[in-house]
Amino acid sequence: MKLLLARGGLLLALLALWYGLTEHGLLAPFFFGRPQLVGEVLVRWIGSGMIFRHLGVTLLETALAFVIGIALGVSSGLWLGLSPRVAALLDPFIKACNAMPRVVLAPIFATWFGLGIASKVALGITLVFFVVFFNVYQGVKDVNPLLVANARMLGATPRALVRHVYWPSAMSWVFSSLHTAVGMAFVGAVVGEYLGSAQGVGYLILQAEGSFDINAVFAGIVILTVCALALDALVSLVERRFLKWRPGSADATT
Amino acid sequence: MSETALQWQGVTLAFGGAAPVLQAVNLRVAAHEFLCIVGPTGCGKSTLLNLAAGLLAPSAGTIEVFGKPLAGINRRAGYLFQGDALLPWRNARENVAAGLIFHGRPRATARAAADEWLGRVGLGAAAERYPHQLSGGMKKRVALAQMLALKPEILLMDEPFSALDVQTRSLMENELLALWSAKRRAVVFITHDLEEAIALGDRVVVMSAGPASRPVGEFVIDLPRPRDVAEIRMTPAFVDLHREIWQLLKGEVQKAYAAGAEACT
Repeated sequence: MKLLLARGGLLLALLALWYGLTEHGLLAPFFFGRPQLVGEVLVRWIGSGMIFRHLGVTLLETALAFVIGIALGVSSGLWLGLSPRVAALLDPFIKACNAMPRVVLAPIFATWFGLGIASKVALGITLVFFVVFFNVYQGVKDVNPLLVANARMLGATPRALVRHVYWPSAMSWVFSSLHTAVGMAFVGAVVGEYLGSAQGVGYLILQAEGSFDINAVFAGIVILTVCALALDALVSLVERRFLKWRPGSADATT
Repeated sequence: MSETALQWQGVTLAFGGAAPVLQAVNLRVAAHEFLCIVGPTGCGKSTLLNLAAGLLAPSAGTIEVFGKPLAGINRRAGYLFQGDALLPWRNARENVAAGLIFHGRPRATARAAADEWLGRVGLGAAAERYPHQLSGGMKKRVALAQMLALKPEILLMDEPFSALDVQTRSLMENELLALWSAKRRAVVFITHDLEEAIALGDRVVVMSAGPASRPVGEFVIDLPRPRDVAEIRMTPAFVDLHREIWQLLKGEVQKAYAAGAEACT
């Protein structure tokens, strides 16, 4: 509780500092905006309900990229983890794809899929996929051989092994990658919008920048930050529900 | 002796071009016999079990299970591993039920059987707990129940109690003996602890130092049953057996130690 108060105090102090510096001309409001004006923009956006349409689009893109990216990442990770020969064949290609700064794909996706939702989802998928894929792949390869031997002795068929040993083992790795993955999906959506779109929070920020409305840019950033935090909290909630078998999961609530 | 449950016939195991781990091992376990195998570290005791379990295939020779050559996993054997082999994402009940579910039993009956077995190993109250919430001894009991629930005719145990503290260990050994006495099955029990081997077994086999390890001695343990593993250690008959077997084992341990020291320098 004390900590919470201290954190709130720090936030207020930072806002006050921002306010003081811009109000007395030490920082140019043209470049740094003004907290009270940012608040005004937020109130206007939320009051008119205009923000929700854009936010809805951004979140829809995030959700689609997240779900599809995870599905692809998990299935490829399982497949390659269980087929060492295919993995050896594809290894350099995967490394190359991962090393590539994939944000540069955004313009290509825009030409392929247009300026609508699809191109942002595609960008998000390429970001999410590798995070999840590498975790699942590693998870499958690092399955404790003792667990596999024991399950085999208990009569597990190869299919049962995948279902009862490899899959749950990989899932625990998936969950540890979800925090990064949801952030990546969000980044994909916003960057995609920023580079070319007609709606979404990224688009709003781009518009605001175009008209030198720095307060609206900050308002957009605030909205994005709050959403990112909310998504992260949601992931934590899901994680707690599914990883209750994990040591320390009961007290890892902070 | 009665029916043969398990037999290693001229079994050699080598990985690649290296010196074989096991060389021409001949060993037989009767259907109701408790066989203990002792030997120095690194002599391939676990390998011997993995071969009997069908987790490894011999480079030469055959493993016979009730007279039939073994191919693939040994379906008539249960295996209690040295390490913790419970599935961490399943609670105690689900872990014990796992084997039954793998064998196609409906979940409800598998769970009921699991609860019964957990009760039998004294863990009836801990069915809902996950492995990380169990102590080392409790985990071993769950693993024991997991193995016994499938009613295997051969029990393979690889230093199952070596990680437990001394008191828990005696308790577990006595419980194992009680469970085994209630329904006698073939047991192959690997240990590096000679006292444990004598206290538990009908017969103790001494393995030579590796590589190219093989059995070098065999001792019948004619101590009366039922035994209490803590008390039997104080009897003169036990001490005599210990002295006799140790004479042989000591040499192998020293050989292994010397080889290890050489390898390290």
